[in-house]
Amino acid sequence: MKSFDRTKIVLLVTIALVALLAYVCNRSPEFLQSRIYDILLGIGISIILAEGLNLVNGYTGQFSLGHAGFMAVGAFLGSAMSLGIAFPYLDGPTWAGAGWTVIFKVLQQGFAWLVNVFFWLHNSLVGLATGLPGWGKFLIALIYGGSTAALSGLLVGVPSLRLKGDYLAIVTLGFNEIIRVIIQNAEPLGAQRGLTGVPSNTNFFWVFAFAALTIYVVHNLVHSTYGRGFLAVRDDEIAAESMGINTTKYKVLAFVVGAAFAGIAGTLYAHQKQYINPEGFNFIRSVDIVVMVILGGMGNTVGVCIAAVLLTILPEILRDVAKLEWLPIWLREVAENRMIIYSLILIILMLARPQGLFGGWGKKKGAA
Amino acid sequence: MSLLSLDNVTVQFGGLKAVSEVSFSIAEGELVGLIGPNGAGKTTVFNLITGVYAPTEGKIAFAGKAVAGKRPYLITARGIARTFQNIRLFPSMTVFDNVRCACNMHLKHGISHALWRGAKVAAEEARIEAEVMELLGIFDLADDRDANCKSLPYGAQRRLEIVRALATKPRLLLLDEPAAGMNPTEKVELMKLIRFVQEKFALAVLLVEHDMKVVMGICERIAVLDYGQKIAEGTPAEIRANPKVIAAYLGKEASPEPTVGGSSLH
Repeated sequence: MKSFDRTKIVLLVTIALVALLAYVCNRSPEFLQSRIYDILLGIGISIILAEGLNLVNGYTGQFSLGHAGFMAVGAFLGSAMSLGIAFPYLDGPTWAGAGWTVIFKVLQQGFAWLVNVFFWLHNSLVGLATGLPGWGKFLIALIYGGSTAALSGLLVGVPSLRLKGDYLAIVTLGFNEIIRVIIQNAEPLGAQRGLTGVPSNTNFFWVFAFAALTIYVVHNLVHSTYGRGFLAVRDDEIAAESMGINTTKYKVLAFVVGAAFAGIAGTLYAHQKQYINPEGFNFIRSVDIVVMVILGGMGNTVGVCIAAVLLTILPEILRDVAKLEWLPIWLREVAENRMIIYSLILIILMLARPQGLFGGWGKKKGAA
Repeated sequence: MSLLSLDNVTVQFGGLKAVSEVSFSIAEGELVGLIGPNGAGKTTVFNLITGVYAPTEGKIAFAGKAVAGKRPYLITARGIARTFQNIRLFPSMTVFDNVRCACNMHLKHGISHALWRGAKVAAEEARIEAEVMELLGIFDLADDRDANCKSLPYGAQRRLEIVRALATKPRLLLLDEPAAGMNPTEKVELMKLIRFVQEKFALAVLLVEHDMKVVMGICERIAVLDYGQKIAEGTPAEIRANPKVIAAYLGKEASPEPTVGGSSLH
């Protein structure tokens, strides 16, 4: 307990180190163009995604398969902020000739008003951000991407967290697809073409500063009496309720925090690749993140971090392997399709180490 | 005034009336037993009181306020804590963390404080640690604080469940078959423990138990359930002599003119 608030210092030192490394990186323009740098940024983004999902799937035990959906919200709305995209307001329904369908028209009108309130907020924020310098705009885009994703997490979480296990997985997967399809049909966000020309603001500092912040938040939440509620929900919901823990609150909270970090990761991703397409946020992307959490060991911060690093490097290595001409053609084809490898890894892992590669690590340590 | 009162409580699952028009009450600081043959509805009564089920009909009042159908965590916050028939500790946590979880609802700080970890939070965590360790010390579990709760022997796990329930600072403690699976020596220990807890923490205790020695040995008053209905209520001596109770347990025909000893107490 003496070292109770040492975590803050660790966070600050880490961010300072990240800033120093970022400075070193910036000294070498060739490095900034290199593939290694690209992979490094990818690793940081994976860590943010996986640690956020770890709070939901690992620590709170709610199996969510829709993390890429929240990432998409952050990516597209964050980019809209950077690109200064304003939304045209929705029109209400035409009231003429409404018979008994008036009830639907009232609903339609209500929906249009709700959406327009959000559009108005978005458009005003876009207006406010236009004059800012690049990094200020980017910071606002990050916060905005995170908070809109958190909001969508709340909207998805409140109804769907009444479900458990497989049912929750299916519903979250469905919401992932809904979010993707909405973006595919949103003309201001580029519809199926996606968004191009997103400013290249993401750099080493932002990615790893937010990765450190994610780990800090998840660690501090879980290692406090307040955060023991998450683990209690995972271990035994009925017992948790009987001990005075509001299980709904904790489930929704985990979902919202996880979604917020997914949104930030999405914004970072968009500003790294400079091009985003709704297809990139389908459920296969969600499975990628889930595999990181399972491989690292559900509810193991260090393990999930390592798994995020490994599984971000793995596709890159596989891409190289697929190019090796002396390998038999079938092997190269397997290497080209990482999903085959992922499913094999998962099957072997479930048989050999169901607790995850690094599950059980650091369990002996006392509470911080 | 009674602390907890059930007034004609009925719960129906489809066509089955698991509990039918049961009424009884517990006074402040009283130790009451609830017995009955298997499937009589004892645990269902527990689940009704603690909010796991909502009664189909009837009222449940705790300290003068209706609690029927409220969410379990709200009922726990009012001051009813429970243990479970089949132990339900948090399996991934240490002994200390199991008890610490139960302090969650008494926290004065929220998520932002938990993230920032200022001096206030540190002080509160230190206070909680002291409280938990004191409780663990009373129940002879302090040495096991960092052990995984599942590695404890069976009797210690039962004790830990009681400690965890006490950490919520209840006024009424519900114990669901605490003696299940214990040997005679452990049972004697348990009886002492329940008495001790009741006095030390000034609690009312409602005890569901199969073991007659335990129930008759410590309860001040006993209510008997059979097929979801209350068939008798009274002091241990009265219950022991009650022909309806004997019939329920041994399957004998009830005597033609049942003298329901003590049920007129209410």
